[in-house]
Amino acid sequence: MSMTETTPPPPATPPAPPRPEGPLRRFLDSDIFYSWKRSPVTILATVTALTLILIAVLAPWIAPYDPFNPASLNLMDGFTPPASQGPFSDNWFLMGADNQGRDVLSTIMYGSRVSLFVGFMATLFAMTMGVGLGLTAGYNGGMIDAIIMRIADIQLSFPAILIALLIFGVARGLIPANQQESMAIWVLILAIGLSNWAQFARTVRGATMVEREKDYVSAARIMGVHPVLILLRHILPNVLGPVLVIGTIGLALAIIEEATLSFLGVGVPPTQPSLGTLIRIGQQYLFSGEWWILFFPAVTLILLALSVNLLGDWLRDALNPKLR
Amino acid sequence: MLAFIIRRLAQSVLVMLFVALIAFVIFRYVGDPITSMVGVETRLEDQEIMRDRLGLNDPVVVQFARFIGNALQGEFGISYRLQQPVTELILSRLPATLELAVASALIALVFGVVLGVFTALRPKSFLTAGIMAASLVGVSLPTFLIGIGLIYVFAVELGWLPSFGRGEVVDLGWWRTGLLTESGLKSLILPAITLSLFQLTLIMRLVRAEMLEVLRTEYIRFARARGLSQRAINFGHALKNTMVPVITITGLQLGSVIAFAIVTETVFQWPGVGSLFITSVQVVDVPVMAAYLMFIALVFVLINLIVDILYYVVDPRLRVDGGAGN
Repeated sequence: MSMTETTPPPPATPPAPPRPEGPLRRFLDSDIFYSWKRSPVTILATVTALTLILIAVLAPWIAPYDPFNPASLNLMDGFTPPASQGPFSDNWFLMGADNQGRDVLSTIMYGSRVSLFVGFMATLFAMTMGVGLGLTAGYNGGMIDAIIMRIADIQLSFPAILIALLIFGVARGLIPANQQESMAIWVLILAIGLSNWAQFARTVRGATMVEREKDYVSAARIMGVHPVLILLRHILPNVLGPVLVIGTIGLALAIIEEATLSFLGVGVPPTQPSLGTLIRIGQQYLFSGEWWILFFPAVTLILLALSVNLLGDWLRDALNPKLR
Repeated sequence: MLAFIIRRLAQSVLVMLFVALIAFVIFRYVGDPITSMVGVETRLEDQEIMRDRLGLNDPVVVQFARFIGNALQGEFGISYRLQQPVTELILSRLPATLELAVASALIALVFGVVLGVFTALRPKSFLTAGIMAASLVGVSLPTFLIGIGLIYVFAVELGWLPSFGRGEVVDLGWWRTGLLTESGLKSLILPAITLSLFQLTLIMRLVRAEMLEVLRTEYIRFARARGLSQRAINFGHALKNTMVPVITITGLQLGSVIAFAIVTETVFQWPGVGSLFITSVQVVDVPVMAAYLMFIALVFVLINLIVDILYYVVDPRLRVDGGAGN
């Protein structure tokens, strides 16, 4: 409709000065950055997520106490309320102390570290596996495609948490008892990763089937480029947009899944508590009124999951040209 | 019609066979069945005799066939932990889970439809923005935190509702129900709400999207032109047409509700199938794990099958394959 409206040409303005070039400049001028700038919720979510990640990464250097060093904590300080001095030590607890006299703030910092590590690794694993299988299925079609996608269909109809629990149980049965504690975190990553690959595979397969028919792929094929190279160098970069979106939302899901498994008591070992483990511990003291042991880890988990989720939501809209 | 049902049945059987294969692999190769049953103190020769008698030395294909044969008769062996037949264990805990799942599906359906219709009819209302934002937060919240939050408010602070267990139950033959006593009903409220929230947001968003779409169609405009009342248009014409997908999704989600009950049952110490499964994962009680997998798969496949066939019956547009039909 706006085609018919003719706007008078602007009065002769001097041509715009040439913009400075460079990757940063290009990024700052992009549509993505523009839509980020325009959404206060997204800016807030980015700041929150980055802050939490930074705190988790720097935990060993910035945490007020080392919660796993028996020398620095006093069992008698247990249940010290927030923002007060431990009765039997010089320790000051901003968020209170838990049942063992550990500083809740410090356990949260170390706990987010475990949660984020598991979340990132599991998502990376699911992404690699899903993208690999999706590319293979979409490019080859036929029998391979049918088998991979049937398995993905079956898996997608079951909730991820159920599949992760099963994988966890199976791994528990296969790993000798004396190695279980040291392997637990990797088993968890495997379980969460394996329960989330299908989403990636399905999306990438669809996108690959579209790209496969395009001229640049035919050209590469005629030139005799190896199929693996075609997939990785030519098709993969063109299907990465949706992968990024699923990956971001998948990270939020993986963090929640890890917390749920740890809460159920089948996640990380108690010597390496994640946010879910801390919540599990805190829940036991809810009835006796020591709310801070539960409250602060729970708020951290919610902030982390919510901010990553909001980022994923924004990314999906920003990368979708239909919505622009 | 018949061809469609047969094809869907064949697909379902295939899916079940695939799941059975996984269950069999878990059952047979995770841990050693003999050591789990008799312990490590038994002499090796005796273990070997037992292995032979139980058929554990037979070819894998024969063992798999036997596993399926037993499964068809509802036979999944004996729980390592509780020393009881697995089927009996699951059946005795099934009523608790089913009552919880159905109650929360109903809550999700009723509130999801009401909120969905409201947000679609008043898109600019302040309340709508609030509901939509709350639903986004609700999706990001882990189920167990919602459960703990509800326990804190309604059980610890207000003391209105019990925080764990099923309350008093009444035996009706093999079905043990908590729906007939006051304490049973009170105990059901918090877990049912917890379990329903995720489904509720899903249904609400679906109803809202469908309603917004339907309200833009010609026949709604025509109904307006005929001077029908708003109520008749919104509920008699628009809502009715959104109900087919909503009921499908609710049906399909029932399986997920049963699986998600694992978390809710743990938070509220609800004695259902989910908490049985969690303890069996913790102690690697393999027969229970395998049987639970088969059970959940059966529930999913059955629900899918029923929904597909119902769809076929209800919606003539889907009958594309036969051409002439019956």
